[in-house]
Amino acid sequence: MALGLTACGGSSTGEGEGADGVVTITVNDMPPKTQPVDRKIFEEDVKAFEKANPKIKIDPREGQMDPKTFAAKLAGGQLEDVYYVYFTDPAGLIERRQGADITPYMKDIPYLDKIRPEFLDVFKGKDGKIYGLPNGQYSLGLVYNRDLFAKAGLDPDKPPTTWDEVRSAAKKISALGDGTTGYAEYSKNNQGGWHLTSWIYSMGGDVAVKDGGKWKSAIDSDAARNSLRMLHDMRWTDNSMGSRQLLEIPDVQKMMGAGKLGMYMAGPDNVPTIVKQFERACKEYGVAALPGQATLGGGNGFMFNPKASPEKIKAGLKWLQFKYLNPDRTEFNDKRIASNDVPIGLPLDRLYTDDVQAKVDAVHAKYANVPTENFRPFVERNGTLEQKVEPPNAQQIYTVLDGVMQSVLTKKDADIDQLLADASKKVDALLATVK
Amino acid sequence: MATTDMRAQPLPEDTVVKAAASSGKPGRTPPRSRLARRVRENLVAYAFLGAGIAVFAAFSWYPIVRGWLLGFQQVTFAQPAQWVGLDNFRRLFADPLFVTAWQNTAWFTALALVFGFAAPLATAVVLNEFRSARGYLRMTVYLPVMLPPIVTMLLWRWFYDPGPGLFNNALEVLHLPAQQWLESEHLAMVSLVLVSTWANMGTTTLIYLAALGGIPGQLYEAAELDGASIRQRLWHVTLPQMRFILMITLLLQVLGTMQVFIEPYILTGGGPNDATVTVLLLLFRYAFVYNDFGLASAMSMLLFVVLGAFSLVYLRLTRSNG
Repeated sequence: MALGLTACGGSSTGEGEGADGVVTITVNDMPPKTQPVDRKIFEEDVKAFEKANPKIKIDPREGQMDPKTFAAKLAGGQLEDVYYVYFTDPAGLIERRQGADITPYMKDIPYLDKIRPEFLDVFKGKDGKIYGLPNGQYSLGLVYNRDLFAKAGLDPDKPPTTWDEVRSAAKKISALGDGTTGYAEYSKNNQGGWHLTSWIYSMGGDVAVKDGGKWKSAIDSDAARNSLRMLHDMRWTDNSMGSRQLLEIPDVQKMMGAGKLGMYMAGPDNVPTIVKQFERACKEYGVAALPGQATLGGGNGFMFNPKASPEKIKAGLKWLQFKYLNPDRTEFNDKRIASNDVPIGLPLDRLYTDDVQAKVDAVHAKYANVPTENFRPFVERNGTLEQKVEPPNAQQIYTVLDGVMQSVLTKKDADIDQLLADASKKVDALLATVK
Repeated sequence: MATTDMRAQPLPEDTVVKAAASSGKPGRTPPRSRLARRVRENLVAYAFLGAGIAVFAAFSWYPIVRGWLLGFQQVTFAQPAQWVGLDNFRRLFADPLFVTAWQNTAWFTALALVFGFAAPLATAVVLNEFRSARGYLRMTVYLPVMLPPIVTMLLWRWFYDPGPGLFNNALEVLHLPAQQWLESEHLAMVSLVLVSTWANMGTTTLIYLAALGGIPGQLYEAAELDGASIRQRLWHVTLPQMRFILMITLLLQVLGTMQVFIEPYILTGGGPNDATVTVLLLLFRYAFVYNDFGLASAMSMLLFVVLGAFSLVYLRLTRSNG
């Protein structure tokens, strides 16, 4: 047993460079065996990379960064050298110094200077150094069921562009009856807080603002009041949001997959998930940009084990560029996956500066296998929206806003002014801990 | 491998016999060699004891001590831990959800006592009266305990669904108003207690059934001769005879229900409007959502102290009755 523990414990830190100069790095994000196509592609890429870089060996692991196991893996020396994160994670990880500074090693790697600065900023610490790289990006929009739109007498090619239009469309869709819900919203496990933030952004407001070097709550505002008033009226006056609340992502995706939901707030990446999981056709769904003036963006990327040696960080950067940030391989990739039912042509992952992005887009357009015209409403308007990121201490703030969202969706007589005043105080207390 | 097992097995019995023999002759041998002999003779027993202690120490006591230390530290696991004194506790008391969580937990425990204490007792008394189909009935009552908790929770989520759910459909048939079982601040906790009671009462019912079976029949006969009614027999014979068992299950239940986690975690996520945030749910958020292990450990220390106080009462009771 002792032997086993030592063997596991030492796997991902300082060592790993053999006498022959070969560097072994552990990386995660390998798809599980239940996704055979993705898994095969990943394994092919590992082989191709190792062939091109004989001095680097990849030791791939399944899974992604999970806040529930992250600390235990780090403490036990089991954290991968290169690990997958969501845009919500880096701020806290960098503050707690749970990621390695990669700035000195970036300059020799191609294309890293072509990543849009706003996405690189997600991985930037307060010291101005860079601690990770993005590899995927989305903006929240409205995913909608085109068939239900048509049934309710709405034009599926002209989805709502204002919240008032969303409200009236939801009303018409829920009037179809038979358990159909017009619009659904999350209100559990911090997802309600996350979406309320996006509502507030779209109404022109903010959740936290920096005032003389200090963060302060901005939620006691008209933007928040209007968001909550709209949600309240849709839930209680129009009855277009269904009676079951405290929903989270899988619940709402299930409603959408069952053809019982008109619209919900989500990024275009939700469409393939629903299509795959509930065996629907891609053409049944459309995506519109979020109404209003701004939207919340999110995404994912990779960070490095704080104990990783410089050699490992260099090797890890090479791997990330080869596998995830490689415009030269876009055509090869699209060709490879086009025959495997992997969706190509979704308005996602627009990570590069315009010159490179245009080339990548042209390739995707050539191989697109999803009805791209259904995403046009999203593409056309999303570009005009301000793309905002999550507030500091996002998860804690989302917990507070979750409660606000729950109150409005579960209490007909919810006092919105009072809710916002109370929540604002709590958010101020949370923000006081941000340095 | 097999031979070692064969050789090792007869030893414990052997030792017991020898130990019994040696304890029968006190004072015949000089104390020092007696001690050595007893140690030698009980070597296997000590080995078993040592292994048990080692496992407890490694997987139970050491984590407890580490947990206490964490309560006074700020840890990131990337840098060495920093001692922060009582800072974690200060932050804990400043969290507006701290008081809410304790209130909710106390409310859950109180409700769980009302439902969870009375229901199994009543079920046991009724089941005890059945002369036939006893095994079947006992199994039926115990069945929910055997279900994996997640299955129970998902099943009840459908029961509680305000649209197509079982309960609201039943109410509709009875021409009663539909309820927001999990969506109402007032009803959510009661709904969680119902699930918890349904899922856990099987074990307690079986304990009560066993206790009921142990009450001497003469007591009832005597009471009947004196003209006692069923209620009087229950009140003056059954309950006093079961007093000790009832006390123990009461305390175990308090210890168990104060650690409620899975029901709010799966069914409500702590909502609506924090109405079902419990101590353990908050602790879970501190540790695994916010990655703040110092704060989580401080919270768990407080819970430990509270539960420890109840355990002391339990120990005292079992000792005085044992």
